[in-house]
Amino acid sequence: MEKYRSHLLVCTGTGCVSNGAFEVKKALEDELLKHGLDTEIQVVGTGCNGFCERGPVMLVQPEGIFYQQLTVEDIPLLVEEHFLKGRPVERLMYTAAEETPSIPLMSDIGFFKDQILVALRNRGRIDPEVIDEYIAHDGYVALEKVLTSMKPDEVIEEVKASGLRGRGGGGFPTGLKWELCRRASGSPKYIICNGDEGDPGAFMDRSILEADPHSVLEGMTIGAYAIGARYGILYVRDEYPLAIHRLLVAIDQARSYGLLGDDIFGSGFSFDVRLIRGGGAFVCGEETALMASVEGKAGRPRFRPPFPAEKGLWEKPTNINNVETWANVPVILQRGASWFASLGTETSKGTKIFSLVGKIRNSGLVEVPMGISINKIVFDIGGGIPDDKEFKAVQIGGPSGGCIPAHLKDTIIDYESLTRVGAIMGSGGLVVMDETTCMVDVARYFLEFTQSESCGKCTFCRIGTKRMLEILDRICEGKGVPEDIPLLEELAERICDTSLCALGKTAPNPVLTTLRFYRDEYEAHIYDKRCPAHVCQSLLTFSIDEEACTGCTLCARKCPVNAISGERKEVHVIDSDLCIKCGECYLACRFDAVIRE
Amino acid sequence: MAKMTIEDLRKIREQAKRSRNLREGEGNARITIHMGTCGIAAGAREVMDALLKAIDEHAVRSVLVTTSGCAGLCSHEPMATVEYADSPPVKYVNLDSNKIVRILLEHAVEGNVVKEFAFAIGSEKMS
Repeated sequence: MEKYRSHLLVCTGTGCVSNGAFEVKKALEDELLKHGLDTEIQVVGTGCNGFCERGPVMLVQPEGIFYQQLTVEDIPLLVEEHFLKGRPVERLMYTAAEETPSIPLMSDIGFFKDQILVALRNRGRIDPEVIDEYIAHDGYVALEKVLTSMKPDEVIEEVKASGLRGRGGGGFPTGLKWELCRRASGSPKYIICNGDEGDPGAFMDRSILEADPHSVLEGMTIGAYAIGARYGILYVRDEYPLAIHRLLVAIDQARSYGLLGDDIFGSGFSFDVRLIRGGGAFVCGEETALMASVEGKAGRPRFRPPFPAEKGLWEKPTNINNVETWANVPVILQRGASWFASLGTETSKGTKIFSLVGKIRNSGLVEVPMGISINKIVFDIGGGIPDDKEFKAVQIGGPSGGCIPAHLKDTIIDYESLTRVGAIMGSGGLVVMDETTCMVDVARYFLEFTQSESCGKCTFCRIGTKRMLEILDRICEGKGVPEDIPLLEELAERICDTSLCALGKTAPNPVLTTLRFYRDEYEAHIYDKRCPAHVCQSLLTFSIDEEACTGCTLCARKCPVNAISGERKEVHVIDSDLCIKCGECYLACRFDAVIRE
Repeated sequence: MAKMTIEDLRKIREQAKRSRNLREGEGNARITIHMGTCGIAAGAREVMDALLKAIDEHAVRSVLVTTSGCAGLCSHEPMATVEYADSPPVKYVNLDSNKIVRILLEHAVEGNVVKEFAFAIGSEKMS
């Protein structure tokens, strides 16, 4: 019987952990024990709460009070003031900007208010390493319903009716995919969970696995029943040790409760899973490369058809879905397809998780209903751009995606509406950019990634991306020539046409979309040898403003190549022939006298 | 851990109901024990302990317990405020371990204000 009067939900997702969340949790437990409050107040380590910008974070329930940026040093005061004397500590609460009032309740904070949690329903709420907590929060209710009262075809119809589309980026209707696999002939059939989240800066899947691993396991079990599969494989990238640990604990606990294994709930249906760790290749997020990797072969894609639903793992019918897709399944079966379909737009139902990063005040993990505008995500949830800088663009879809400039900020999140403006939904990376972001440099950054991750099978992807990268490098170094732009466009078209898999097909996207909306920046780099955002180092010029310089000599002392000359209390001068454009003088000057352009 | 049946899972959910209400900050009623230095000096901790013990003994699932600082009426501590469903909050004064149990069972669970211990109904006006 629950004897606690309060639960302290401490986020222990990787983000907060790397900022000391485990130490904060221990300090809390020790301090509560010291004051004899350990029998009244329970400290629970949960998965990622989402507000990574302000970690380590903690939610005090039942009051709903949110604390952020906690350190071990804060704990004694916090425990004494709030938990002993009942006075919440304002200093540790969230404030939207400096000198604005603190907001005690999590439900009032802009970052959280507009989110709708479906796949992340249990985030920040349960201890992922205690199966009973998952069960207490409606865990395995859906599985029970499915195994006792639904036929496999009925389950498939329900998922079809919900309108759920693959959340890994493809957006293929999930119910249809299941149906194709069910109808295919071959035995045994396999279920795979694609946890090889490779987009740089994306951590949606990692957060689900760290916060609520059972939601994925339950989803997979339901899918296996619908399709007629006995075995499931979770392919999780090796770079996610905490996610892997939590999954293994969850699998172990589910097995010992008989929720995985033979004759689940005495229904006659058996299903078990195995976890396989990725070897560190981005291309293994592509389904055919993933299956090759599972089979022990080199991770390289193959031609489709045949699609995995027909002939997949070991030539058997296989259904692969992304982590976030699987996490949606139990709640669809529990609450019904029409509930799920009531969220979102006509063609894109439900919600989508985004990792909101970049030049944004509230960076973190957000789950929003389809149909929400980019404007709302950036300004209401994200809190806008820090330092009063101007919003320039968002990049959606990682290295396969495209950028959407600020003037299109009313574009809504929807598979089709994003494709219309040249971007893609992707797996959910959303990078916010401001006036200090160079769009050529952004394209170069993503291409550098895809080029190094190219598996090498297709000539145009292997060599073409390298050539495109070389061109972009030259442009950023001030060595661009007018022929570069048409050459980039031609290469992009060829690479897209001739690549076997989506890595190659979409690698040119960042270049194409930045060319579409920011051609002037490319031209400035090439013709004027100028970087409008002042980012590309080789194109910067540093000079000293005669009016502002006080002759303090700080810049001259900082300069690593002695390029600055001047007497004390006299205007200093930078010799541009010697200047290596490191920017040290710009950073050092206290009088804003160094001009960088 | 043995293999679970559907009944077993239902039991886990039933027993965890209070915990779940707590996690989600949901309940039929909320009892706030006023702490603060005056409260603690007057015996608010004993009142809190008695309340929690009673919740346990009577298996009360839907009542949330929180604390707050001094309510302002230091001469009448220990004090508690009870919010039941959508009714306005009621302030109770001069409490002890026995009174709080009655307040729990009669007001927070059943919804009937215990008039003998009540001081006022409603909240202070915020500026």
